[in-house]
Amino acid sequence: MNRRVVVAGASLGGLRAAEQMRAAGWTEAVTVIGDEPHMPYNRPPLSKEVLAGRASFESLAFTPKASAADVEWRLGASVTAARLADRVVELDDGSTIPFDGLVVATGMRPRRLRCAGPLAGRHTVRTLADARSLRDELTRSDARVVVVGAGFIGCEVAATAIGLGVRDVTVVDPLPLPMVGPLGELLAGSLLERHRERGVRFALGRTVRHFTGTDRVTGVVLDDGTELPADVVVESVGSVANTEWLDGNGLDLSDGVLTDDFLRVGGLPHVVAVGDVARFPNARYDDVPRRVEHWSIPTDTAKHAAKSLVAHLTGTGAELAPFAPLPTFWSDQHKFRLQSFGAPVLGRDDVRVLDGDPAGDVLVGYHRDDRLVGVVALGGPATAAKTARYRAELLKQPAPTA
Amino acid sequence: MKVVVDTTKCKDHGQCVFAAPDVFQLGDDGHLVFDAEPDDALRDDVEEAADVCPLQAISVEG
Repeated sequence: MNRRVVVAGASLGGLRAAEQMRAAGWTEAVTVIGDEPHMPYNRPPLSKEVLAGRASFESLAFTPKASAADVEWRLGASVTAARLADRVVELDDGSTIPFDGLVVATGMRPRRLRCAGPLAGRHTVRTLADARSLRDELTRSDARVVVVGAGFIGCEVAATAIGLGVRDVTVVDPLPLPMVGPLGELLAGSLLERHRERGVRFALGRTVRHFTGTDRVTGVVLDDGTELPADVVVESVGSVANTEWLDGNGLDLSDGVLTDDFLRVGGLPHVVAVGDVARFPNARYDDVPRRVEHWSIPTDTAKHAAKSLVAHLTGTGAELAPFAPLPTFWSDQHKFRLQSFGAPVLGRDDVRVLDGDPAGDVLVGYHRDDRLVGVVALGGPATAAKTARYRAELLKQPAPTA
Repeated sequence: MKVVVDTTKCKDHGQCVFAAPDVFQLGDDGHLVFDAEPDDALRDDVEEAADVCPLQAISVEG
């Protein structure tokens, strides 16, 4: 055990990278470094089942594969710098760790609103600690809740708050519809109606000017001057890539870490990136590198990146196909589920109802150049299951050119 | 090989069905049915199914 692969980041991407290094045949040392004190855990329930109190915080822990039992975990430690040419990372305790291969898995952190006002009472949802403190405040009686940002997390938190019996929930977003970016207008409109029917209020086309309150937040003032009284604010306004530690290595860090078709960073065969911090081209669609924040991506990228890294480190020179995952996402809100396959965002200009009715259970297809590029189901589990047939069709398609 | 699904966690996403269709299926009602003792030749598929389960409800024993 002379050589070492360092995995920077100990969430799903870091765990899967460590496991997949073993699966790809790497038998030497693996060290995973993560700034949270916990072993890797599953984040999606933090805005849903766990926030609602239907699942315990303990239930979120992943069970690492037996093959990864000898992986070294450095938890509660963060990587503060890397010198890729010298093959060494520096930690916040001042120590350094030399590596032969490096996996970038440091993920994202929530973006914060920078407008004036007190910080207390304002929450984000990314970590176990975040979800715990938000749950404490949501379960106080008569909490008035303002959610800023009508994306995945904002919509899920609003639905969970209603489910917890919170009577006063308002979602603010500059766009005219919730989740209109990933879904397009047809489904976003349907989503808006479903939330309204269940008691969620919306202030759409609005931005936050500032927060009121002295010691803690008491209200949210919008750009039209409206003040929404608030005991609890949730900021779900996107995320920022954790890449500062890679500064100074001549990398493209303009939005996450730019990689090639094999998840390699900066043209270096000994450095790969996985998870939502990786900005990779998907050979299935076009050559535009994108970051993808869906849950399936850490596992997909880890499999490909580990093969690429192990092939280099062991000198086997195995021929790899370019990375071409089929994206998928889901979201559970109130009693309904969104389930997607493919890339609906590429086909938002040609949206067709494939099955059902937008007011009820519905299956929608997204097309580009008259070809199906994505499907989204909205409704009950049986509707979500109907995406299976279209998933097979989306998988069969050769990677189209842009 | 023994496949265990924590049914208190399972939310019928069906990702396991895509990974290991010989072991996992969604019934007409949209709910999961599965083979608890599949052939060992299917191990890679079952491991993949366990990886992609959004609720991490699947474990493989033996």
